[in-house]
Amino acid sequence: MCLAVPGRIVEVRTVADIPMGTVDFDGIRKEVCLAYLPEAAVGDYTIVHVGFAISLVDEASAMETLAMFRELGVLDGELEGAAPAEPGSAAPAVDP
Amino acid sequence: MTFRDAGLVSNVIAALEKAVERGTSYRLMHVCGSHEHTISRWGLRSLLPEGLEVIAGPGCPVCVCPPHEVGEAIELVQRGAILATFGDMVNLPTNFGSLAEAKAAGGDVRVVYSPLDALTLAARNPGREVVFFAVGFETTAAPVATVLCSTGLPDNFSVLVSHRRTPPAMELLLGIGDVCVDGFVAPGHVSTVTGAEVWRRFPDAYAMPVVVAGFEPEDVLLALLLLVQQINQGEPKLENEYARVVPQPGNVPALSAIDTAFEVTSAWWRGIGRIPRSGLAVRPELGNRDARQRFDVHFEPEQHDLPPGCSCHLVMLGKIQPPACSLYGRKCTPSSPNGPCMVSQEGTCFIWYTYESEASAATAQGGAA
Ligand code: SF4
Repeated sequence: MCLAVPGRIVEVRTVADIPMGTVDFDGIRKEVCLAYLPEAAVGDYTIVHVGFAISLVDEASAMETLAMFRELGVLDGELEGAAPAEPGSAAPAVDP
Repeated sequence: MTFRDAGLVSNVIAALEKAVERGTSYRLMHVCGSHEHTISRWGLRSLLPEGLEVIAGPGCPVCVCPPHEVGEAIELVQRGAILATFGDMVNLPTNFGSLAEAKAAGGDVRVVYSPLDALTLAARNPGREVVFFAVGFETTAAPVATVLCSTGLPDNFSVLVSHRRTPPAMELLLGIGDVCVDGFVAPGHVSTVTGAEVWRRFPDAYAMPVVVAGFEPEDVLLALLLLVQQINQGEPKLENEYARVVPQPGNVPALSAIDTAFEVTSAWWRGIGRIPRSGLAVRPELGNRDARQRFDVHFEPEQHDLPPGCSCHLVMLGKIQPPACSLYGRKCTPSSPNGPCMVSQEGTCFIWYTYESEASAATAQGGAA
């Protein structure tokens, strides 16, 4: 739960006024809340913690961290239970 | 195993060797499981010059979650709620049993990755009470707060909060006479939420050097170098090695969510005791979202809250390293853990054991080849 995993934003949308997005973690796609990074755009790399993007990172350090998690075999475990990306799936109405 | 920038790493090591002065104490503490992962995985301790020590402090929110709060969660499971929580919490041993045992006895315990998943569970099970057992430092407290502040929450959703704030635990450490710390490596991801400024108090009020650090081996080593330089100069200050990610003021929407949903309270840390201002409680205005109010469950902490023989309290305060515990690797391993620091992936014992066995497996393989 504590690993903050970097991924690439592949889709951004607004659900009930809330910025949400799909983030690709080395091939695994997840729904992520972008409420903390209203400026985030498609193509940006972001560090995601428990389903929330908490900061933007440059591509090089994102790739490095992902490679480490992959090598450690913790990526699937960390994202365990995460809702797979379902376009249009029920997103919470978040009131930041 | 290669460093991304082996050159930078060896440069920093060389600089550290030059900077470390004989006869000066450099006991530097980090308070983040992810930092311990970096240090143990890359074997950074073995690269450090003599006289420079990096020790792990209370950096694992699962490890410090006290048994009585797990007991409250088990009570809610037994009353028929769906209890959603992070995977690390399920096997945590307490004198109330574990959530895994509650599940084996027919309880409904679900592992989720995010509080958003717990919300989805609530929406899909309108006839059941869904409680999210929320454990974590500021990086997790913010998402939970954001969920609590959202409009249109399902009626059947509430949270059992066991959040902890990092800075008060570090202040407590400074007050414990036999814990000697000469500087702190502050956690980068917590700081993305809180902002680097939250650590300013340490150099200002305690003359304690602080460097906010990222999670690459280079990040950690650079932070150690900056701390050594501060100690040599006798000028404790706050520096931010991770400025590429950590904004000085923190994340405004995340902080305002925490402030809207929670109030600061004293909290019990397993193996350590009660620490003033170190916890977060759901604000009374959100009363029925607080599982403790909603179901009237309030368990009291107990003094002896570690399994017999477990030295997690000493490990978490940086007083001993895991192998000094007589159970380590013998009666306590990740597949059969005795104490909380071996259960959680962020626990110091778990991390040490994992990388030590990896290293000895590699050595064995190398020897056979
Ligand atoms: S090795 Fe096990 S019993 Fe010993 S301190 Fe660590 S978790 Fe506790």
